[in-house]
Formats: sequence, structure tokens, C-alpha cells
Amino acid sequence: MISFEIPSSIEQTVSMIESVATEMMRPQARYYDDHEHEIPWDYINFMHAALQSAGAEVNLAPTSSQDEHQEAGGEATIGFPSTGYLGMAHYVEMLSWGDAGLYLCTPQGGLGAAAVSAAGTPEQVAKFLERFKGDRAVFSAMAITEPHAGSDTAAIKTTAVRDGSDWVLNGEKIFVTGGHKALVDTPGFVIVWATIDPEAGRKGIRSFVVEAGTPGCTVTKLEKKLGIRCSDTAAIVLQDCRVPLENMLGTVEQGKKTSEGYKGVLRTFEATRPLVGASALGIARAALEFLKAKLAEGGIEIRYGLPLSRMTNLEAEVVELEAMLRSAWLLTLRAVWMVDNKIAINAESSMSKIKAGDAVVKITQKAVELLGPMGYSREHLLEKWFRDAKINDLYEGTGQINRLIVARRILGYSRHELS
Amino acid sequence: MFGFEPTAEQKMLVEAVRRYAENDLRAAAHEADESGELPRELIEKGWELGVLQASVPEAYGGFGERSAVTGALAAEELAWGDLSGALAIMAPGAYALSVLLSGSEDQKSKLIPAVIEGDWQPYTTAFMEPDYDFYAGEMRTTAVASNGDYLITGQKARVAFGDRARTLLTFARVEGQIEAFAVPTDTVGLRVGERETLLGIQALPTFPVTYNNVRVPASARLKGMDPFKILSSFDAAIGALSVGLSRAAYEYALDYAKDREAFGSPIAQKQAIAFMLAEMATEIDGARLMVWEAAWEIDQGKDASRTAFLARTNAAETAMMVTDRAVQILGGHGYIREHPVERWMRNARGLSTFAGLAMV
Repeated sequence: MISFEIPSSIEQTVSMIESVATEMMRPQARYYDDHEHEIPWDYINFMHAALQSAGAEVNLAPTSSQDEHQEAGGEATIGFPSTGYLGMAHYVEMLSWGDAGLYLCTPQGGLGAAAVSAAGTPEQVAKFLERFKGDRAVFSAMAITEPHAGSDTAAIKTTAVRDGSDWVLNGEKIFVTGGHKALVDTPGFVIVWATIDPEAGRKGIRSFVVEAGTPGCTVTKLEKKLGIRCSDTAAIVLQDCRVPLENMLGTVEQGKKTSEGYKGVLRTFEATRPLVGASALGIARAALEFLKAKLAEGGIEIRYGLPLSRMTNLEAEVVELEAMLRSAWLLTLRAVWMVDNKIAINAESSMSKIKAGDAVVKITQKAVELLGPMGYSREHLLEKWFRDAKINDLYEGTGQINRLIVARRILGYSRHELS
Repeated sequence: MFGFEPTAEQKMLVEAVRRYAENDLRAAAHEADESGELPRELIEKGWELGVLQASVPEAYGGFGERSAVTGALAAEELAWGDLSGALAIMAPGAYALSVLLSGSEDQKSKLIPAVIEGDWQPYTTAFMEPDYDFYAGEMRTTAVASNGDYLITGQKARVAFGDRARTLLTFARVEGQIEAFAVPTDTVGLRVGERETLLGIQALPTFPVTYNNVRVPASARLKGMDPFKILSSFDAAIGALSVGLSRAAYEYALDYAKDREAFGSPIAQKQAIAFMLAEMATEIDGARLMVWEAAWEIDQGKDASRTAFLARTNAAETAMMVTDRAVQILGGHGYIREHPVERWMRNARGLSTFAGLAMV
């Protein structure tokens, strides 16, 4: 049936997270924005302890248990925490409402763990995901982008060459979110995309687990960014970096030249894109709430229900932003609902990301504009949200790449027919 | 239970409405728009789908319970077929459901069965007014108590089937409150003007109605008016119709773009076109979800006024954007009346002024 009733278990967790967001994240947001690359250990340790004690009740990242994996017949699948992706979307939104930079420092896997869940064998899931359950916070990251290849992931040049019982990786990765935390600050891992056959294009691409401490894998740089400064964005050089054969995600079968491995990893995005959208919309809601609160302090309440001819321009703008946010949020919820219910995603995941990226960028830009000098001031977090917002239109598929995906799906075109 | 899957029953209804929308409404739409007439049999067949009858309890002549969600699902399909036809079929619903929501037990038993039982009849509402700044909360038509009666004075616009309706459910302000009165059209002082000529929905006959001290007994006033409920349900209906209209234009433009070749390949293979279509699809889906949410809140008995207002404004804006782009994608052909997209573009512009013509 059609119902917008959010399960009470999710609502309760959201209200707990709201306290964390209000009491811990907001007060620290400015400090970590000013002190780029400082690690927010108090937040990390608090969240790790909180998430460990919450157990399977609360998940912020897609991870899967061995049991779930075997139930699904060992096929590529993604873990389903008890409150599902629907829960995750809500939690991620609320944490990002607190602060998007800090949210990105939340332990419990991350994108790397999601890739292991989606494309790993049961043995790999057991081996690599166990570390997230210990006493110390551990991070994982995804290394896809290279200096010359962003959205065009098939053009990556990092190579993996088989040598006896090892894969030998060589290449350079950039824009690895949380890469320093995954490789240097904690005993985590990075999922590295590399080609086993440079001639084969996307069919040659595989993903490899590179654990912290692996010789030949070095973090060479931390980027200085427009926003989300609290989250580290690392450059990684792989120089004759050896990992065991079994660190290639998927079965040995996939060592053969098919595009299955590549597709497996791309499937991860179907589930993670709406979560990135949820994060975007947490920022958007924060900005919109701030805008409305400041207007209310100035004696301006939005008069909903009026025709355009009776509203002030300010009211009309706020109403439009509010509708945009709601539309984006519902598209996000629909996408995660489909993931939870194992309904095949066609374009819905990318649609949610398009709309969420557009919404957060427009809402934060408008809020700064409408609040004039106050909006532009660093005395408030709004200008930070303006900067934090833009990443959501860039990572996990730019707005343009997601438009391309949606267009192909609705038109029934292959990438050869529409590029 | 959170979810976006219509029930099996809703799916069956939607399927039936869709068949009618495609085989009947869509097929007749061009001719109806050109001639300014909707064939009586066409409306009758749509009426017999029983969408309204299924939203009215047995006690009042129907065979179900009102569900704004179900109503929204059906309205989307009807508007996908043709907006004029959809509004014609839904006009008695705006009347009957307003009574259902706001009438006393006595009024409901008296007024609703007359609408519901039997063939489609021109029961309709007089809600909109001709002013550019019309706002329901401050409508200019007023009703003043006078010796146990009410005297209604004001001007209404966009009254569907005003020329043949026997009773108009007339909305007016009474001491700052919105109230509704069942007003027989032969009452002294009520004058139905010449048929309106409009930019769009040209197959739907609409009329201006003037009220000059029209005297109605106090019993004509609906006893339990909750304006928020009424306005939310109007908004949800317009929202759902907007989504259906948008979907029609989007699908038409998509098919055209895959078929039409330029510079050696289908124009859909150009990003300039493909991206437009991707955005149209995204906006339509978002608009639909907002309409569903508003309708769901209405069904839950929540105050849905803000949700429904946002859903309606967003959906109407989406319809304008999507229909404009549909014309653009067809290029010069989109401007020719042999293709429906120019009609859909004209219809879309009016959506925000069609309040009161339909309800879910």
C-alpha cells in the first residue's frame, strides 16, 4: 500500500541522533572547518561506542552479516540492517543536518565496506568486515578516481598484474574520501579499482582490498577543499603494492575477462547513491530551517496557501525551496524503499541523486543570498553549508553523470547509443 | 507500513481508468478541444468507471470509503488521457465530496445520493473568482445572514457546466469564514453568464456566475465546514491531475525523440534532449510522491494543508516545465495542433486556477 508512516523504531533512533547532532556536531562544526585535517576523535570514538552498543539496530553504512550473505545464495548482495536502507537514509540525513563533514568521519565501514558487502564472497565478507566490530573505530574507503579519470571510471590506468599468489598494483589514486583514516589512522582498508588488462577497457577492471600497512601503498597528499574539510580526501600512490590473490573482490572466476566484476561494483552505487542524497538533504534542511528561523526573528512568517500574486518574493522563494526539498527527500525514500524491498532499480536511484544534488546546491545558495550580509558571514554555519553542499553534486556521480544514467534507462539506450 | 506500492484493488482500478483514458479520452481529446464539446457518452463512460461512487459510503448511495490516495491515482490516469475530460468526470465529485466532508447527516443523505445514483449529472461547484489575486481565504463572494436566510453576493468564475447545472455548491465568506451553500440555479438573483473562452481546457464548458443578493435558506449551508480539509483535497486533486498531464507530455516527447532523426541519429541520442527528458522524468516522479504524501495525510485525518499546497504548486509548476519542454522537443511540430503537446502546454498553464473543479 501507499503509506508514508515512518516506523517508530526509526523515529526513535532519529531523535537520539538529533541530540548528538545538536549537542555534539553543531558546536564542533566550525572548529573542524577552521582546522582542516584535524581528526575529530571525540566524535569518532563517541559514535563508535554508540554504534557498537546499538548493534544491529542502527546501521549507518551498508554492511552485511555472513548469515544474510549465505541466505542469498552467496550472490552479490548488500546487507540489510534491521531498519533497512530506509533507516539509514534517515540517520544519515540527521547526522548531516548536524554536520556533513563530521558525518563523513562516522566510523562503521563506509563505502569500502559497502563494496565488500556488495561484491565480496562470504569469505571476503567475513575476513574484511570483522574489523568494524572491535573496540576501536576503523575506517574503509573507495579509491576509484585518478588524476586523469573521474566520471569516466573505465579509463583508469592503475594496473593489477598477477605474480604467483599475489596481485601487484601500480598507479595513483586521488579523491579518496577517508583514505587517510582507512590507511594511516586506523587498521582499515581501501578498495582500489585497477585494470587486469589495459586493452580490455571496462571488462578488465576489478576491485582489490588493500589493507592498512600494506607495503607499497602510501598516502601522499591530503586535499584542501571548498567544504567538508573535516573529512579527509587523500591521494594514494601504489608502487609495486602486493596483495594476496583472494583480495580481489568476487570469486576467482571473476579473474577472467568479463565485465561482471565491474558491474558488481557499479551495483553498489544503486544502493549508496540515495544515501549520498540523504546526506545532501540533511544539509539542505539545516539551511532552510536556518533561513526560516532568521526570517521569523525578523517578523516574517511564510504564508502558505497564498496565490503567487499575494506572496512576497521572499515567501515565493522559500515555498519553492521547500517543495524542492520535499520532492528530493521523497525520491530518496522511494529509492531506499526499493533497495529494502529488493525491487529492481531502474532510474530511481540516480533520479534521487540528481534531485538531491540540485536541491542542496540551490537551497544553500538561495539561503545565503536571501539572508544578505548575515548569510555571507562566517559567524553563522550557513556559509559553511553552502560550501559543504556542492560536493553532493560532484561525488558519487556528478549531476551530469546521473542525468546520463537516467536518460539511458528511460530511453532504453546502451552507453554506445547515448554517451 | 511505509511503502509506495498501490494495493491490488487500487491497481485494478488504475488499470481500468488507464484503459478508458487511452481508448476513449485520449482518442477524443483533439476533436473535443477543437469543437469545444465533450460527447455526452464519453463523460458517461468515464462516470461508469465508478471512481466517485467507490469513494462514497453505502449510506449515501455509493459503495465504498473515500480514499484521497485512490482518488489521486485515478485522477492522474484521467488527466493523462485528457484534462478537460478528467475535469468533466470529476466535477460531480467536487460537489459530492465537499458535502461528504462538511455536510450534516441530514444534508449528506439528502444531497449526495442525488449526485451519485444513476447517470452522470452536471452537479458542480462555484469556487474560483475572476480576480487575478483570488485567494480562498479571502474570497470576495459573501453570504450575510438575513431573517434566518442567507443573502449571497459576488462573482464566480470557471464554473463547469454552469449552464446546465441545477444546483451549484457555492463557496462564500461568512464573517471571515469560508462556507458552502447548495444553491439552486433558478434562485432569483443568480445569473449564469456567457460561456468562458479560455487558453486551454477548451472542451470543458465553464461559465461565470453572478450572485446578486441571492437568498437561500440557512439549511442550504453545509453545517460542518472545515476549510482546511476542503482546500487540501482540492489541492491534492489538482496535484494529481498535474502529474497525469505531465506524464502524458513526457511520454509523448520521449517516443518522438527516439523516432525523430537529425544529423544521422535519433535526437534522443543527443544529451541536450536526453538530459531534458531525464529531468522531466525526475520531476514528475517527485511531484507524484508529494501528491501521494498529501493524499495519504488527508486519509490519515492529519492537517494536510501545507503538504497539499506544496504538492499542488510543485506539480503545477512541473506540468508547465514538462509540457513546455515537450513542445520544445517536438520543435516546430510541437507548435502544430496535429500533435497534442501544444494543447497540453495550454492546459498546464491553467492548473493553478482550477481549484474547486475537482476533489479527491
